[in-house]
Amino acid sequence: MSKAQAIEALVKALGKENVITEHEELVCYSFDATADMPSQMPDVVVTPTNTHDVTEILKVANQYKIPVYPRGSGTNLCGDTIPLKGGIILRMQKMNKIIEVDADNLVAVVQPGVIINDLNVAVAPFGLIYPPDPGTVATATMGGSVSECSGGLRGLKYGVTKHYVMGLEVVMIDGTVARFGGKTVKNVTAYDMVKLFTGAEGTLGVITEITVKLIPAPETKKSMLAYFDKLEDAGNTVTEIVRSKVIPATMEIMDQVTIRTVENFSKVGLPTDCEALLLIEVDGIPEVVEREAATVVKVVGNNNGKIKVAKDDVERDGLWAARRAALPALAQMKPTTVLEDATVPRSKLTEMLVALQNIAKKYNLHIGTFGHAGDGNLHPTILTDERDAEEMKRVHQAVDEIFKVALELGGTISGEHGIGMAKAKYLPLEFGEQGVEVMRKVKRALDPENLLNPGKMMG
Amino acid sequence: MAIYDNIKGIEEEIIKCMKCGNCQAVCPVYKETLAESGVARGKIQLAAKILKGEAKYTPELYKKFDLCLQCQACSANCPCGVKAHKIIMAARAELTRQNALPFAKKAAFNVLRKPALFDFGLRLGSTFQGLAFRKNATGMSPRFPIGLEMRRVIPSLANKPLRSELPETNKASKSRKKVAFFTGCVTNYIYTNVGKAVVEVLNHNGVDVIIPKEQHCCGAPATINGDIETGKAMAKSHVDIFSKLDVDAIITVCGTCGGTFEQKYVELLADDPVYAEKAKAVAKKIRDISEYLVDDLKVDFSKLGKVNMTFTYHEPCHIGRGMGLTRQPLEMLTKIPGISYKAMKQPNRCCGGAGSFSLTNYPVSYQILKKKLDDIQGTDSTVVVTGCGSCRMQIEDGLSQEKMPHHVMHVIEVVQRAYQSKK
Repeated sequence: MSKAQAIEALVKALGKENVITEHEELVCYSFDATADMPSQMPDVVVTPTNTHDVTEILKVANQYKIPVYPRGSGTNLCGDTIPLKGGIILRMQKMNKIIEVDADNLVAVVQPGVIINDLNVAVAPFGLIYPPDPGTVATATMGGSVSECSGGLRGLKYGVTKHYVMGLEVVMIDGTVARFGGKTVKNVTAYDMVKLFTGAEGTLGVITEITVKLIPAPETKKSMLAYFDKLEDAGNTVTEIVRSKVIPATMEIMDQVTIRTVENFSKVGLPTDCEALLLIEVDGIPEVVEREAATVVKVVGNNNGKIKVAKDDVERDGLWAARRAALPALAQMKPTTVLEDATVPRSKLTEMLVALQNIAKKYNLHIGTFGHAGDGNLHPTILTDERDAEEMKRVHQAVDEIFKVALELGGTISGEHGIGMAKAKYLPLEFGEQGVEVMRKVKRALDPENLLNPGKMMG
Repeated sequence: MAIYDNIKGIEEEIIKCMKCGNCQAVCPVYKETLAESGVARGKIQLAAKILKGEAKYTPELYKKFDLCLQCQACSANCPCGVKAHKIIMAARAELTRQNALPFAKKAAFNVLRKPALFDFGLRLGSTFQGLAFRKNATGMSPRFPIGLEMRRVIPSLANKPLRSELPETNKASKSRKKVAFFTGCVTNYIYTNVGKAVVEVLNHNGVDVIIPKEQHCCGAPATINGDIETGKAMAKSHVDIFSKLDVDAIITVCGTCGGTFEQKYVELLADDPVYAEKAKAVAKKIRDISEYLVDDLKVDFSKLGKVNMTFTYHEPCHIGRGMGLTRQPLEMLTKIPGISYKAMKQPNRCCGGAGSFSLTNYPVSYQILKKKLDDIQGTDSTVVVTGCGSCRMQIEDGLSQEKMPHHVMHVIEVVQRAYQSKK
């Protein structure tokens, strides 16, 4: 009866109100935002409010050998917060204080439960931004975002979460509290543990405090929408813009399936006969933005594209509406939306897009592709119905092939969504058995009993 | 298949949820509890369990679904267009079928089904309310625990209900149109001046106003709590009452009443061979007072008299997201000469009232209200204008608790003032 004893110990450490075992509540923590995943109930949901609480919880977990799953808002797309082996859901949402905004050093210190958007609201009066902007920016927590190393629409120019994490406080499975990194821009002391725990998906330790880098907010932005009759022209445009030394903040692509679906759904006035469109946004100092926008217009023209430049904020919002409508429009077509995250080097973008079209044909599936063309991060979105077992079989085959092609093109199986339980089986394809074994050694060293988020990434 | 009669009827809606969690960003209850069961995503998965027969009624399960304001913010914000609020209603109905409502709610709804008794009770209440409630500057507080939160300040019942003060037919001097007026309980028993303002303003515009005597509660409290039987009885009765009237429109002054006539009656009676079509015909005539004045009568508010007032507007959930009237109330108010509008940060965020929700979940309800009060405080206004009696009661309670100087008016009372100052 070690589970019952463990729960008793948790109640003793945290108080009854922070330890939930009610069946109805546990059901609500048996899933996350990932489609097509098994659901599993935890035994208990525990809510810490400070680092000390986390230490106490992990000590109990370690003593009774109970698995622990750190969880923020549960918006991840790789099944990372599903309590696959039962045990403790460590709900971090109430550790949600912004501890410090240090404008002089361009950093902020936050607890893991802070919503990303709330941090941006808090730093805005200082003229600063925290650039990582996953689609779930209004709901996802900083802790979850750091643990998944999430990306977003501005990845091309601003990178992903790991490029902004400067320091971490992490509680290890035995309750040890360790701090790495800090506020200094230069910090090369010993192993880069900050990077190790960023994107570790809660499998190595529990993050309890995060120091992030902030940057000055861009003074101005200019958005453009380019249409192409041929997919290849769109792909070449992406490559040529970067070759012209222009790095847009955003360079998003939509394929024809997506364009037609979006137009059919939200009537934003997209040309449904074009094969691809690009939403490009350049930002920065006004003079530079003007010059970069002019370059973009020229490159699009050189590649047989038509372009519309937003004159003001209203028009800019109009262009963005099309991009924002992509996922909802696709999601409303069929009940189950399998959103993938295949990423290739930018120069292979066209090949990947063509491959995706062929995969859709081969498996007779409806795949709409949109995504972050500028950084080669595509979201082929398979529209299906999980109640249709035969079709789901084809979906799984198609997903296998998508990752195989991405890797063959020199890409990666995750650009921004993480591995979790959804993509663990593909890891050897990317790293080889040797690479995976190196990672397993790290996991075993820090979590010898495999209690931290078991069943994910390293198994 | 009607969603209220069989949870199977809501299956497609449940399947559509892709569990993205975007509802967390807008759910007022979730913002306070941070519990997954507080937000639509969690509730939808619980509803899926009920649908599959894997979960049956327990008091705890009913409580999860009870903890929802029906503010519809989740549905409005859902990228997949899931009507989450309807799933929650369908689940409440199913759980109520599996197990009767708690005694107090059941008793209350039984009274609703007997309009005469309900009316008698509230009239009696008006006479004897001093026994149970202590009067204070802005309203009353309960003298002893009667199931209401002791701290809560509620408005006094009117000495005389609206429907016994006004005649059934209120003719305009130069009549060109004829409407029926559904008063709703809060206007009939508490804020009777709102009803008088409706009649006065409509008469000014050459509209005859019929106030059918036999009308009663719209049934929303019962339907929303899952008592579908009562909801249907009320729906049929009102469809009968309003079908037989030869009027251009049926005016409501509350989004919950309006939405109940416009949407819920149609849904409740969808499978009924006699009532389905009749309910649709009645629904087509429903107009909130702001919608009727702006869109149907096309009143030129800039020609009205001056109203010197700096106001902020709270958009009731069931007026804005429910009936889709986000433009009309402000279009009307801001055109009135002399008036100044100071927008609060989130005019369409729920005030936490939600009818019986504020009675049974007072602490959460008040936390939600507190955010609205902070918003009001930040506007540099003296009057809060809204279009719903339930929101008004909730906001008045908060203003009184926090000793804030603002007072609350219904939109139509502001318009009435503009007509009066023209004279």
